[in-house]
Amino acid sequence: MKLLKLVPENTNLDFMRWRNLALILSLIATVVSIGYTIYHGLNLGIDFVGGQVVRVEFAKPVHIEELRSRVDSLGVGEASIQALGNEQTYQVRLPKPEGPETASNQVVSKLRGTLPQIYPGARVDAGESVSGKVSEELAQNSAIAIALAMIGIAIYIWFRFEWQFGVGALLTLGHDIAMTLGFFAFTRLQVDLNVVAAFLTIVGYSLNDTVVIYDRIREDLRKYRKMAILPLINLSLNETLARTVVTSLTVLIALGVLMLIGPQVIFGLAIAIFLGVLIGTYSSIYISAPVLVWLGLKPDSFVKADEKDAAQPETA
Amino acid sequence: MLDFPRWKVTVLWLIVALGILLSIPSLIGGTPVAGAWPKWLPQYKINLGLDLAGGSHLLLEADAQDAVKQRLAAKEDEVATELKRDPRIDVGDISTAGGRLSFMVRNPTQVDAAVERLRNLSKPLALTGNRDWDVSVVDSTRVVLTPTASGTAQALKDAMGVARDVVRRRIDPSGTKEITVVTEGGNRILVEVPGVEDPEALKTLIGQTARLEFKLVDLSANPQEVQQGRAPPGSQVLPMVDGGFIAVKRRVMVSGDQLTDAKQSFDPDGRPAIDFTFDTAGARRFGRTTQENVGKPFAIILDDKVLSAPNINEPILGGRGQITGSFTVQQAHDLAVSLASGKLPVKLNVIEERTISAELGQDSIHKGVIASIVGVVGVIIFMLVTYGRFGVYANIALVVNAFLILGTMAMFNATLTLPGIAGFILTIGAAVDANVLINERIREEIRRGRRIIDAVDTGYREAMRAIFDANVTHVISASIMAYFGSGPVRGFAVVLLIGVVTSVFTAVYFTRMLVALYLRRSRPRALHI
Repeated sequence: MKLLKLVPENTNLDFMRWRNLALILSLIATVVSIGYTIYHGLNLGIDFVGGQVVRVEFAKPVHIEELRSRVDSLGVGEASIQALGNEQTYQVRLPKPEGPETASNQVVSKLRGTLPQIYPGARVDAGESVSGKVSEELAQNSAIAIALAMIGIAIYIWFRFEWQFGVGALLTLGHDIAMTLGFFAFTRLQVDLNVVAAFLTIVGYSLNDTVVIYDRIREDLRKYRKMAILPLINLSLNETLARTVVTSLTVLIALGVLMLIGPQVIFGLAIAIFLGVLIGTYSSIYISAPVLVWLGLKPDSFVKADEKDAAQPETA
Repeated sequence: MLDFPRWKVTVLWLIVALGILLSIPSLIGGTPVAGAWPKWLPQYKINLGLDLAGGSHLLLEADAQDAVKQRLAAKEDEVATELKRDPRIDVGDISTAGGRLSFMVRNPTQVDAAVERLRNLSKPLALTGNRDWDVSVVDSTRVVLTPTASGTAQALKDAMGVARDVVRRRIDPSGTKEITVVTEGGNRILVEVPGVEDPEALKTLIGQTARLEFKLVDLSANPQEVQQGRAPPGSQVLPMVDGGFIAVKRRVMVSGDQLTDAKQSFDPDGRPAIDFTFDTAGARRFGRTTQENVGKPFAIILDDKVLSAPNINEPILGGRGQITGSFTVQQAHDLAVSLASGKLPVKLNVIEERTISAELGQDSIHKGVIASIVGVVGVIIFMLVTYGRFGVYANIALVVNAFLILGTMAMFNATLTLPGIAGFILTIGAAVDANVLINERIREEIRRGRRIIDAVDTGYREAMRAIFDANVTHVISASIMAYFGSGPVRGFAVVLLIGVVTSVFTAVYFTRMLVALYLRRSRPRALHI
């Protein structure tokens, strides 16, 4: 059997040739992403802004406008109604109740009681109600968790490699998160707790690629002490290219399946990680590696101090 | 490389066998063959989260103001009883204004005696050395009791422990259901009840403080003033359930704390009612009070609302009684359960509520399982066409890994949530990364002209470093997720964490053994990789 080789043997692509262009484009994309997210905001779910959501499954297709007028006539507040895939499953979202800090209110149970009366066979599949207080905490905890994960991983990389690698990892993560946020702001996909879990996963997995490439750069730095930094990074990237492609593909296969035929509830999570893996693969090549050059990584960065002294006359 | 001692091989296979053994009860659970699993084998099972099993999740928060109020009321009772023990101390009415208790001592020479008694009543708190109440004298005749901050905090903590037990008893009087009731973060209680799709009934049960009190009606009060909310000294105005107001003496004659049992029943006219039974002390107090007040109305008060105020026709000495009111059967039943489980020491508000139907959960499991299978098959085919024999080893490792994740989760009785299924699929996709790293490295070393065994050996050794570092980054992000995340997200993190650890075992050590055994057995001249 002939084995599949997606990347030919002994590639010698000059990745670093495009490093300035790639970095400028990435920078622009990151700034645009952040700007767009700030300007248009994210479609935050009730997990982060409070409110109530009811998921209803009807026995027969129901027209969204009809459902909207029915719900509006119940006088439970301004509802936003969204079809989930087909005309038989809807999500009805209502603002958080006024008054005391309590999610205990009658709206969800009112819908639960009245909808099956109006539409025989209708079933309320899920009802959620989150108070303002809880949602504030969830939003805060999520932001802290993502920041902590980024900083924690950057510090670990710094300890295991050199400070330039830690900074590179942090910038790469910042880029990946910013791009994914921009995607969610642009598509108006709902950001809920699951999506935050996806962001944390991206933080872990986007770094997966970066770590593998960094590991190879470190190895090559020790092996080819006289090689200039740019060709050396190119060499490392080419050596790891096959692995980068194959791994990204396996993860994308698994997540693609989950995204396409998996449960609808975790679509946001699946698409966020899917996208994060794509972006992470790009950024591990075009952000984490060139950043090392700008931060002044030198061919002797991994040579211990005493060896450096001994090597001095030779290199001088 | 080829040096793989027999004991190591045995241990590796034993771990794999154990993983499979532990995961089977979870896999066959709910299917017709579940009963065929022998009783003497491990029965560990993975819990299904509410988003998969269906059920209600409620997050309750203590109403701190109510806690302070209840504590003040209890203290007032305690102080009144204590001062009565010394007949020489003559005090005016106790005021509860401003969150403090204060009263005049009519005879100034008795102030010290009163203060002394009350100081003995206050309790020292562990560690801090503070007491739970400060007793001071103002204007030389007025005694003031102020709750200390640490006393209030301790009281809230104690109240939460009691509240948790009360909530559990109310939801599950028989103690047989698999419900979760835990305190969270000092002033919250998390309640998870599988199978309950309408949380309204739960909320009714939990929403009632169920503080039952019997007080005498103040017949001296002016009806007009009572309607305006004014009561004579020593009395208070309370709303009636049926409308209107009534003045009752402040002193609690008997309280619901002294109930041993309460059951829903019917009164002689066939209306729903609640039968209750007092403990010995309660029965004695109830008997004496009714004996001394025959012919007078006696107010039955629930959570500061007067249910009814019937006339005492004759002394009730047996410690049994019946509460009537305009209840439905359901209300009477809920109230009986609430009374029997004791009063909540603090009012609880629902601040988060999530309900998932069993159908939606089942649908999620179904789609999740199918996506998992398709995903695994996709990855397996891809690995097979990419690495041939080494792909087969990676695939065996992948399947073993799936069993090990399930087995480990079952052993720790971990909870599988919907995001957890996503974590499972993700782990499957990412776990082969270790094998990709190793296999690519072996390819590389062979291209460099190393001999087969040397190339495989170097491949495993050199790839190990990157595998380790990459997995540490996953552990960092997953641990943070497990710490900060709630419910479903934590389920995701748990699967990722377990998956990272088991995947290093299967993708590195287990495949290494498979490869070593192959090389030793066949001594191939060239590697097809």
